[in-house]
Amino acid sequence: MEQQENKNNETYYESVVRQGYDRRDFLKFVAFIGAYMGVESTSLGQIAKTLATKPRLPVIWEHFQECTCCSESFIRSDHPIVADIILDKISLDYTLTLMAASGHQAEAAKKATMDKYKGEYILCVEGSVPLGDDGNYCCIGGRSAIDILKESAAGAKAIIAWGSCATTGCVQAAKPNPTGATPIDQIITDKPIINVPGCPPIGEVMAGIIVHVVAFDRLPELDGAGRPKSFYSKRVHDSCYRRPYFDAGLFVENFDDENAKKGYCLYKVGCKGPTTYNACGNIKWNGGVSYPIQSGHGCLGCSAKNFWDAGSFYSREQAMGGGVESDSDTLGKVVLGAVATGIGAHAVLSNVSKRKELTRRIEAGQENEQKIKE
Amino acid sequence: MKTRDYKRAYVWQLAVRIFHWANALSITLLIITGYLIAHPPAIRSTAEASTQFWFGYIREIHFMSAYLMFAVLFLRLYYAIVGNKYANWKVFVPFNKKGLTGIWHTIKHDVLLLNDKEYNYKDSVHVGHNNVAAVSYLAMFFMAIIMIFTGFGMYAANATWFLPKMFAWVPEFFGGDMNIRWIHHITMWAFILFVVVHVYLVFYHDWLEGHGESSSMISGYKFVRTERVAEANDNTENAVK
Repeated sequence: MEQQENKNNETYYESVVRQGYDRRDFLKFVAFIGAYMGVESTSLGQIAKTLATKPRLPVIWEHFQECTCCSESFIRSDHPIVADIILDKISLDYTLTLMAASGHQAEAAKKATMDKYKGEYILCVEGSVPLGDDGNYCCIGGRSAIDILKESAAGAKAIIAWGSCATTGCVQAAKPNPTGATPIDQIITDKPIINVPGCPPIGEVMAGIIVHVVAFDRLPELDGAGRPKSFYSKRVHDSCYRRPYFDAGLFVENFDDENAKKGYCLYKVGCKGPTTYNACGNIKWNGGVSYPIQSGHGCLGCSAKNFWDAGSFYSREQAMGGGVESDSDTLGKVVLGAVATGIGAHAVLSNVSKRKELTRRIEAGQENEQKIKE
Repeated sequence: MKTRDYKRAYVWQLAVRIFHWANALSITLLIITGYLIAHPPAIRSTAEASTQFWFGYIREIHFMSAYLMFAVLFLRLYYAIVGNKYANWKVFVPFNKKGLTGIWHTIKHDVLLLNDKEYNYKDSVHVGHNNVAAVSYLAMFFMAIIMIFTGFGMYAANATWFLPKMFAWVPEFFGGDMNIRWIHHITMWAFILFVVVHVYLVFYHDWLEGHGESSSMISGYKFVRTERVAEANDNTENAVK
């Protein structure tokens, strides 16, 4: 094990011990985070070993167009070691919200980390990047977000895009997207990027992803949208504890009805669980206390792409285009009515227009009928 | 009054008819169950959820019908190559000069209800599909493709079989499940409109022409004027006996 002259080179385990945890707490944390990551129990040894032997991963955490709810979620992660160790270590490098340093000092610390660990550090990005008007809508320390992102991404080993802002643009990218807010993977295309959508993502999910990168020295398995499969492969609907009510056809009709009190399925009051991929139903929030559906409100679909533009939170009918509120069923019924009217008119008019043709056939048929010999 | 002689022509082969009715059955079930999935009725029941599963069964019927529709589509594609001339794929892309003339004539004669100066049975009565109908079946084929991709795309996340899993990329490609759900839903309406117009026009042609339009999809036969059948050629005669 490397001698820790420089605290930056100490391992996660050493850092734990220094802060007063014992090995037992450390191993509990390993089991806890391993379970969330969905790794096999046989891999827990590898996680423990890596965290105990490898020097910590330098992390730079950039904040652009965002509300800091991702950081808030992260520091509320269930297990204290997550906050104490990972976040503490992260704050040593650079994160605007939580680091002790400020101003030129902070910028200098970031620069030092970027130079020293070029090609090794993990870049975490919280928030989207505005590209409109030369990127002037988001400036930090006199530099535009796009400028800062490109600089810190250049030397990064991998990028973790936290939250819906960094992965899809979230509310600031909703129509008409005045600042030209753009997700990270549309700007940086030459680095591996982990997308962790959600507004915010679940704290345990965030911790699990960081631990995965540290412990296995590679990205977790990602789906087509760049999301870790272990947390985003199932819909909220499919892990929902109210799912039996869905299958039984028992629905809340209004938020104040008897069915709502009974805790029936929120499908008909706009729950986006059936179209949203996240781990809310399994991991839940605030240490497994609850999650939106358990609290009686439908899923907003916050980890789904462009969820702000996907119509009302309280209706499953998606309003498409230009604020026209008529849904597809209204359109379908109107067109069906028009077609039915057209058919009726056609039936009447064809009796007039085709009278000659029809009469000829009818008369010929009657003539034949007369001649039939039994 | 001159009466005509008719011959019985075998137009729709058995596989084509099986395709038609399996398709009709699955589409009917898909529309009914699909509409219920989008708008579940409010059932006032005092029974516990543990004793009920009706919405689950509605979805199960939807998925089973989808597989049926998908399967018979392959049967029909095979018959577009090996089937008779009325089933051939070329019928469904009438975009050459002859086909476009046919489309225009059918629109004039059957939709706008204009009559030819002199009645022309060859242009007005079709043995197989008329050109407008053929185009509508081509459109329906693409609608089915849309339904298969969006439907299996939504289904893929829960699937264990490789076939639906192959469509797992679809939701992301079209900007999320909510978008493909909407595409799936609006295409259902296109199918509803198709069914209404299709059934009406079958009745219209049968009513006007009396060549066995509606029964042909059960028996396979239509009745064509003797003049249309080449008597001299034995092979041809056998083909349309």
